[in-house]
Amino acid sequence: MSEFLHVLTDHWSLFGQGFGNTVKLFLIAAVGSLVLGTLLGAFRVSPIPALRWFGGSYVNIVRNTPLTLVFAFLVFAVPKLDVDLDYFTAATVALTVYTAAFICEVIRSGVNTVAPGQAEAARALGLTFDQVLTQVVLPQALRSMVPPMMSVLIAMLKNTTVAAGFSVLEAGAIPAYMAEFGEPQFYVLLWIAIGFLILITPLVLLQRLLERKWAVAR
Amino acid sequence: MADEALIVLENVNKWFGPLHVLQDVDLSVARGEVVVVIGPSGSGKSTLCRAINRLEPIDSGTITFDGRQLPAEGRALARLRSEVGMVFQSFNLFAHKTILQNVMLGPVKVRKEKPAVARERAMSLLERVGIASQAEKFPAQLSGGQQQRVAIARALAMQPKALLFDEPTSALDPEMVGEVLDVMTSLAREGMTMVVVTHEMGFARHAANRVVFMADGQLVEQATPAEFFANPKSERARDFLSKILTH
Repeated sequence: MSEFLHVLTDHWSLFGQGFGNTVKLFLIAAVGSLVLGTLLGAFRVSPIPALRWFGGSYVNIVRNTPLTLVFAFLVFAVPKLDVDLDYFTAATVALTVYTAAFICEVIRSGVNTVAPGQAEAARALGLTFDQVLTQVVLPQALRSMVPPMMSVLIAMLKNTTVAAGFSVLEAGAIPAYMAEFGEPQFYVLLWIAIGFLILITPLVLLQRLLERKWAVAR
Repeated sequence: MADEALIVLENVNKWFGPLHVLQDVDLSVARGEVVVVIGPSGSGKSTLCRAINRLEPIDSGTITFDGRQLPAEGRALARLRSEVGMVFQSFNLFAHKTILQNVMLGPVKVRKEKPAVARERAMSLLERVGIASQAEKFPAQLSGGQQQRVAIARALAMQPKALLFDEPTSALDPEMVGEVLDVMTSLAREGMTMVVVTHEMGFARHAANRVVFMADGQLVEQATPAEFFANPKSERARDFLSKILTH
């Protein structure tokens, strides 16, 4: 037991740095993909065919590409175009671009749960497309979007570990360092699993809070 | 009744796939006129009503409202829709907003009115349709008849030039039909321009200036209610009336 604890206490700074970067990656990519995904979701339900086509193509291409490939593209291919990207930035962009495709689909399916008559009545009043979306459709869609949205965000939090393969020191990179120190891998992996459990708990609590809050207003 | 036409449909055609739902429809509605559209289900009367504010785009022909042709999607269309109120069969009140917020949304967001001004008018409209005491409730807490009266108040809050009613009483329990028709009748008496798709023959008889009979996507005949109900000219209309009036 004491050996198990020592694995953590002897390497506080490594665990701290690793999980710190995981959280940073997650937060930036979460905000980025929510913004980009909502925009793409709006494209997919817009009355303009070109926007619908763009949103659909984005989802089909990005969602069908393995995440490691998206990372590789940003880390190895984009710098060849004379764009200066450090590994951390490249990882954030890769996660954002990839997760936005999933967020977009969550938004779209949420919008589809709202009865078409709601949007029709809003349009009949003279609301513009963005007003129909922000005033009438999205507020009603939010409730059904919460559980799948949280699943996407939790998956994204765990996807941050792919960045370890691309020279970013986040939680997924810790085992490799610890192996060099000769620490037992089983304990290291257990601590990392516990770390992710702790990080995911607030998301689960947030989901419950939002579901309860939006359940009332109807 | 003024002679100036507010709504003009010329040669309007629409297909749903192979189904020709509107066939060369010509119709002109004068300012202050109440036109009731009747006909068997599937005759295209709802589509006709929804085409007037372009909730259903048409495939050919022209629709003019207040001297201007209907614009394509975009801000110009939104502006036109704000001048044409619409009341739906399924009420379509915004489920996440209170009754008062439902009535205020258009004036505040579309017309950019001050909330205090919009609220005052919304309350007086709710008063008029007899729902003022329920202003803070959500739509699901009201009966169908009450919801439909709120929907009429919501349309009136935009101070529209015309009102479209798409089977406004078809989803109501029988005992609630009267309260909605009462509101519609009083609007008709005040000179509101109205296009009403309905199966309520009583309303057509006493509130309409003109009855339009549709069947199979065609506008078969139109006449004053007295003339139409007493002496329908077409075989289709006679057949339709015999089916609904014998019960």
